[in-house]
Amino acid sequence: MKRLINLRPSRSTGILLGLLPFVVLLVVYLAGSQARLADNPNDKLLPAFSSLGDAVERMALEPSKRSGDILLWTDTAASLQRLGLGVGISALIGLVFGVALGTVPYLRAGLSPLVSSLSLIPPLALLPILFIVFGLGELSKVVLIVFGVAPFIIRDLQQRAQELPAELLVKAQTLGASTWQIILRVVVPQLLPRLLDAVRLSLGAAWLFLIAAEAIAATDGLGYRIFLVRRYLAMDVVLPYVVWITLLAYLTDLLLRIASRRAFRWYHQLNGEGN
Amino acid sequence: MARIAFNNVWKEYGDQVVLERLNLTVGDGEFCTVVGASGCGKTTFLRMLLGQESPTRGRILLDGEPLPAEPGRDRGIVFQRYSVFPHLTVLNNVLLGLELKDAPLTARLFGRARRQARDKAIQMLDAVGLGQALDKYPSALSGGMQQRLALAQSLVMEPRILLLDEPFGALDPGIRSDMHRLVLDLWRKLGLTVFMITHDLEEGFYLGTRLLVFDKLRVDPQAPGAYGASITYDLPVGATERRLYEDIRDDVRATPRALAAAVDAAG
Ligand SMILES: Nc1ncnc2c1ncn2[C@@H]1O[C@H](COP(=O)(O)OP(=O)(O)OP(=O)(O)O)[C@@H](O)[C@H]1O
Ligand SMILES: [Mg+2]
Repeated sequence: MKRLINLRPSRSTGILLGLLPFVVLLVVYLAGSQARLADNPNDKLLPAFSSLGDAVERMALEPSKRSGDILLWTDTAASLQRLGLGVGISALIGLVFGVALGTVPYLRAGLSPLVSSLSLIPPLALLPILFIVFGLGELSKVVLIVFGVAPFIIRDLQQRAQELPAELLVKAQTLGASTWQIILRVVVPQLLPRLLDAVRLSLGAAWLFLIAAEAIAATDGLGYRIFLVRRYLAMDVVLPYVVWITLLAYLTDLLLRIASRRAFRWYHQLNGEGN
Repeated sequence: MARIAFNNVWKEYGDQVVLERLNLTVGDGEFCTVVGASGCGKTTFLRMLLGQESPTRGRILLDGEPLPAEPGRDRGIVFQRYSVFPHLTVLNNVLLGLELKDAPLTARLFGRARRQARDKAIQMLDAVGLGQALDKYPSALSGGMQQRLALAQSLVMEPRILLLDEPFGALDPGIRSDMHRLVLDLWRKLGLTVFMITHDLEEGFYLGTRLLVFDKLRVDPQAPGAYGASITYDLPVGATERRLYEDIRDDVRATPRALAAAVDAAG
């Protein structure tokens, strides 16, 4: 008998094993829901699948009576726009400052302490200030995401830039490269796939800040909706929304992973992930 | 005219003296191999030539002028590892230097200029036997091929001096002798001045025109860092006798043992 650490599931067994916990969760939910509803048909905590289905239909397919919009889609569009802007701007800031701090010692000496301090501020503590300064509109939500995510990306990329083998930078200099050329042709191209990694890692935090901001001041968005219907204990809406947000998060991550593999073949070869 | 001159050069890190009293003149087109015990300062010597480190005392002159204090296009280098850019294909690795030279702002060439540079790069790659691997990434190359790529990348810039830090140390003996033939060939053709560090004394003895042996002349067992290594043999090679080779080999091997014995005697 081999040791446990040497036993590997086949591909299909692996997939089945991975699905198993989800099935178990589903069964537990169904059982719990049935038990509670048998007790009290008006129970709202664990709605039956039929009422979840009704809620999904209401939110995702039928125009709302009040505004005429299909709520799930307007909420999704609003949230994804804020998330995309916040994360996109953070990525840009992260790349520019990460590269600058990672390659130019004078900039590092001047700015590193500031970036480190900024990254220690709990972003949610800034939210009131952001609302006061930027108003309750889109800007303050995007800025919150940027505050929450950009310092992490800056520091991660700075670290990665400093980890590039010194030999490569020396080699570039022996080919006559100026600082600008080294940044353009050696540092940035090698950091781009790492930037995608950093963005993927920070998406969880970005969602957190997005939903927090929407919960407090918004008129649409996935986070806004969840916190709005919570007042009526409308679990039949909250649960599908949570599943939907999870699915969106998964898909964004998948998309970034595929994009990275397509665009940076060398990086994934280097890390032994095959082609 | 002498090209490179070391005038009483010392290199210290803190209170550790690594190299001391280096005096050396190397003329145009010489091929110097550098040997010495591990940790005696061979890489430090090369890094000073490269401009990555500066001497603590003394001066290094290049054609009578002080050596620039940072690496530049006139001095190419091949390290033991990490000498090629992993994010560029074989062709683009060699093309890079040419693009850097002719496009200061974008560092990229287009159209006719690119085609010309490309032809030049391919010619160089053919010379090192990589003409068939133009579109591969370095991670898909063997160790020997990566080092040949690093050579091509440096040589396409037509440096005056080529620095090699144990470039073939990690390769199999068979491939290594192929690489030696390649380097000698390119050296003759391009008229370079070459410094090559090797840990294989025999290699040092039969390759090139001049052998530099680094060793500590003085050892203080109480303070191992008090004295640095200097050049103990500086020989024209090719015409040297076998016996001398064996003498030096014993010397170089003996150094760590002699040191240990001296420490024992003192303690
Ligand atoms: N940046 C540095 N700071 C402090 N000490 C250093 C530094 N670089 C090298 N040294 C010391 O200088 C000495 C010589 O190092 P060097 O790398 O030149 O040796 P070497 O002859 O190339 O050895 P090897 O054959 O193992 O490559 C070593 O004792 C090393 O610890
Ligand atoms: Mg060395």
